[in-house]
Amino acid sequence: MTQAEMQASATQSSYSVPSTRKWRDYFSFNSDHKVIGIQYLVTSFFFYLIGGVFATAMRTELATPESDFVNPEMYNNLLTLHGTIMIFLWIIPAGSGLANYLIPLMIGARDMAFPKLNALAFWMIPPAGLVLAGSLLIDAPQAGWTSYPPLSLVSGKVGEGIWIFSLLVLGTSSILGAINFLVTILKMRVPSMGLNDMPLFCWSMLSASGLILIGTPVLAGALILLAFDLLAGTAFFNPTGGGDPIVYQHMFWFYSHPAVYIMILPLFGALSEILPVHARKPIFGYRAIAYSSVAISFIGLIVWAHHMFTSGTPAWLRMFFMIFTMIIAVPTGIKIFGWLATVWGGKIALNSAMLFGLGMISVFVIGGISGVMVAAVPFDIHVHDTYFIVAHLHYVLFGGSVFGIYGALYHWFPKMTGRMMNERLGILHFVLTYMGMNLTFMPMHELGLIGMNRRIAVYNPEFQPLNILCTIGAFTLAISTIPFLINAGWSWIAGKPAGDNPWRGLTFEWQTSSPPPIENFDLLPVLNYGPYDYGSGIRFPGEEIEDEETNMEAPPGGFMPPSESRAGS
Amino acid sequence: MKIPSNILTLLAGIALTLISLWYGKNHGLLPPAASNEADLVDGLFDAMMTVSMGIFLLVQGVLVFSVIRFRRRQGDNTDGPPIHGNIPLEIVWTAIPAVIVLVIGVYSFDIYKQMGGFDPQAANDPGVTQIAMLPGEELATPLIDASKAKPAHNHVHLAVGIGAFPEDEGKMADVNVDVMGLQYAWIFTYPDSGITSGELHVPVNQEVQLNIKAQDVLHAFWLPDLRLKQDAIPGRDVELRFAPRKVGEYPVVCAELCGPYHGAMNTKMFVESEEDFSNWIQEQIAAIDDSTQTVAVNSADRTDGDFLKPFVEEMGISDVDRTVLQQLHSHPAVSSDRTAQVVNALSPAA
Ligand SMILES: [Cu+2]
Ligand SMILES: [Cu+2]
Repeated sequence: MTQAEMQASATQSSYSVPSTRKWRDYFSFNSDHKVIGIQYLVTSFFFYLIGGVFATAMRTELATPESDFVNPEMYNNLLTLHGTIMIFLWIIPAGSGLANYLIPLMIGARDMAFPKLNALAFWMIPPAGLVLAGSLLIDAPQAGWTSYPPLSLVSGKVGEGIWIFSLLVLGTSSILGAINFLVTILKMRVPSMGLNDMPLFCWSMLSASGLILIGTPVLAGALILLAFDLLAGTAFFNPTGGGDPIVYQHMFWFYSHPAVYIMILPLFGALSEILPVHARKPIFGYRAIAYSSVAISFIGLIVWAHHMFTSGTPAWLRMFFMIFTMIIAVPTGIKIFGWLATVWGGKIALNSAMLFGLGMISVFVIGGISGVMVAAVPFDIHVHDTYFIVAHLHYVLFGGSVFGIYGALYHWFPKMTGRMMNERLGILHFVLTYMGMNLTFMPMHELGLIGMNRRIAVYNPEFQPLNILCTIGAFTLAISTIPFLINAGWSWIAGKPAGDNPWRGLTFEWQTSSPPPIENFDLLPVLNYGPYDYGSGIRFPGEEIEDEETNMEAPPGGFMPPSESRAGS
Repeated sequence: MKIPSNILTLLAGIALTLISLWYGKNHGLLPPAASNEADLVDGLFDAMMTVSMGIFLLVQGVLVFSVIRFRRRQGDNTDGPPIHGNIPLEIVWTAIPAVIVLVIGVYSFDIYKQMGGFDPQAANDPGVTQIAMLPGEELATPLIDASKAKPAHNHVHLAVGIGAFPEDEGKMADVNVDVMGLQYAWIFTYPDSGITSGELHVPVNQEVQLNIKAQDVLHAFWLPDLRLKQDAIPGRDVELRFAPRKVGEYPVVCAELCGPYHGAMNTKMFVESEEDFSNWIQEQIAAIDDSTQTVAVNSADRTDGDFLKPFVEEMGISDVDRTVLQQLHSHPAVSSDRTAQVVNALSPAA
């Protein structure tokens, strides 16, 4: 780390603010968005490993039909913590980490709109996460990450209380982060950058932040009422006192369905950055991809009850939510076809970032297809709460989000650390992840179809062969993180120096040094071309920085007007 | 564009279509269908698999082709063509998925209707009924009183779920069974005869209506071979109505997390010929008459018998008496006993 910083300081000009970071800064309450971004990423990866250990333990248990590796209570603790940690402590904060690091750099700002609030939002995560993961040592929650009452009200007060507490804290952190992203994107762009000149990552964060702000308070409401039922004996959701457990499900999914988009949209954005750079071609249909993110957010708010088709939901409501769920396939399809057309005819560099990017399309599309299938009410009635759903959600969240996070890490690691990652290890990592992912989750589709329900520690012995395949896949996935950890750790200390712009990217973050100085840019950049104007004979900013930069105070008349061809279609 | 590449594209398109059509018919992923509802669902699944396979092949094909054909050559630092988009093409790939989901949506709607999803008696939410009751009153009730059982189930109240086939709307089902889900068993009561069993017996080719309730937490009643599932919700009435058409033994699975032994909350549905079914009913009635214990448990399956013992008392007293159940829960001896029972129930199966 220190070597990387010395490297960075050597390339610094004589700007008045001290431009390097001490390693201590990363363990302190620091308001620099880049420090916070890396804090988010490292912390969430730490929890990813914990959630992964839990998943591996569950798959070990499921290698045999009997309950032999852990006892059934422990199995339910593991499945609850696995789900909660992967969602609230890995994918969502990892997206926040990327957003924190990248948004100010991409829009030419010196920091986020509310730097202190930003640091506060991050520092809520480690305590909440440690309490939640540590609950395994005392009394862990065991009602699933959905925590449906009445089960959640009768399966252990301590564990459930910890679960509610952690989620309230993590939700608050997420709201604070979203306010920051929204205001930063809307108010802090360099004057030359219109909304339609923004990198697509900013569009997707705009959409995701809107969802966080609308959805998370409703989850908080549900959790607070659940806490009253649990601790004060009220009966909002408890049928014993006349409460309605279904209302909890509505409130829970009002947030938790949009949460899927909160988890995937940032990585859709990252993918839209990765593909053009490594395919050397403009993104295909900028506006379509940008606005489809917004469309996904809007429609994503009115599909929640597709998780409740068997929960005593009236017929007309089932049909309503079926139709809108299916409609989401349209904006999602626009993105997928846009990405395919972006790489089509390009000059594809098959490095680790691009492999994970293309791999993300390849596996996410399977989750997208099965998503339309489970939206169909008659079919969902069969597969709801089975392994088919487990397969579907992991194709979306592992195949989509986790592949996206890995792609983003390979892509922006040189910017964050000033050093390149090792390509051979990266490719090994990709191959193991891609194989392990499909081996783990593809057979689960069939398991669900033939009758294996989810969240069970014991199962019918006739399901064992496919379960063994899944378990082998899970072990492959566990092993696949080893080359990544070695690669990231070793490259951070001793990787090949990256230079400012190793990928010859056009977005602003590549126009400053690697890692960027404390206030990002010595002189704020000016937008002279669109973020994806590859193939138009533009000199790459990393090659000649000084000429391209000018001061923010320069009169707006001097800027080049954004031309139609610049960004949009 | 050169003509040969057009021909290749056309050939690829034809191959993709043929593979998809073949796969939709021959995927063999679902277990055999045991009812007409299941056939409807399977038809929908086949259609969706056809379309899915087409989209899957298209996307993976484009990816693999691009990676091979458009890979950057060594030493080539130039960019690809500056193409920013193509409006007609974008309209096409917006419109095609829109049409596909519209067709799937309408098809699903129709299937759901044919299955009985819009039966007015099953399509609306009747709302919550408060399930806490005065304990004293209920405790005084005799265990199961055949004389008090209703002679026929009168379908007065609404219940959400899957109702009658459209042609049978308003008609009563041939067989009514009250289903109670509790940690970790299903209890089936036949209101016409007062029989209670841990297994579901139904006659073949007749309309069966299950009136499903839950005693403690959420459960879900799933018949994988009939592709039917309905959550059992404390305080709410839900129903499933179907006509099994093949004699046989089918798994009944709880599909909603209901506690540590959720995975063991399984039983069987026996679809029997009419004679076998009425014989079974007679046997069970005889068993009730013989015994002072009013609860009958199918002796064919010792495991289930053992398993149900701890619930006998509470079942008999009241279907929905929370108080008793909570006493059971809070009584450590009983709960550990229950755990032991469940473990016993599990081990022979394992
Ligand atoms: Cu959803
Ligand atoms: Cu269950």
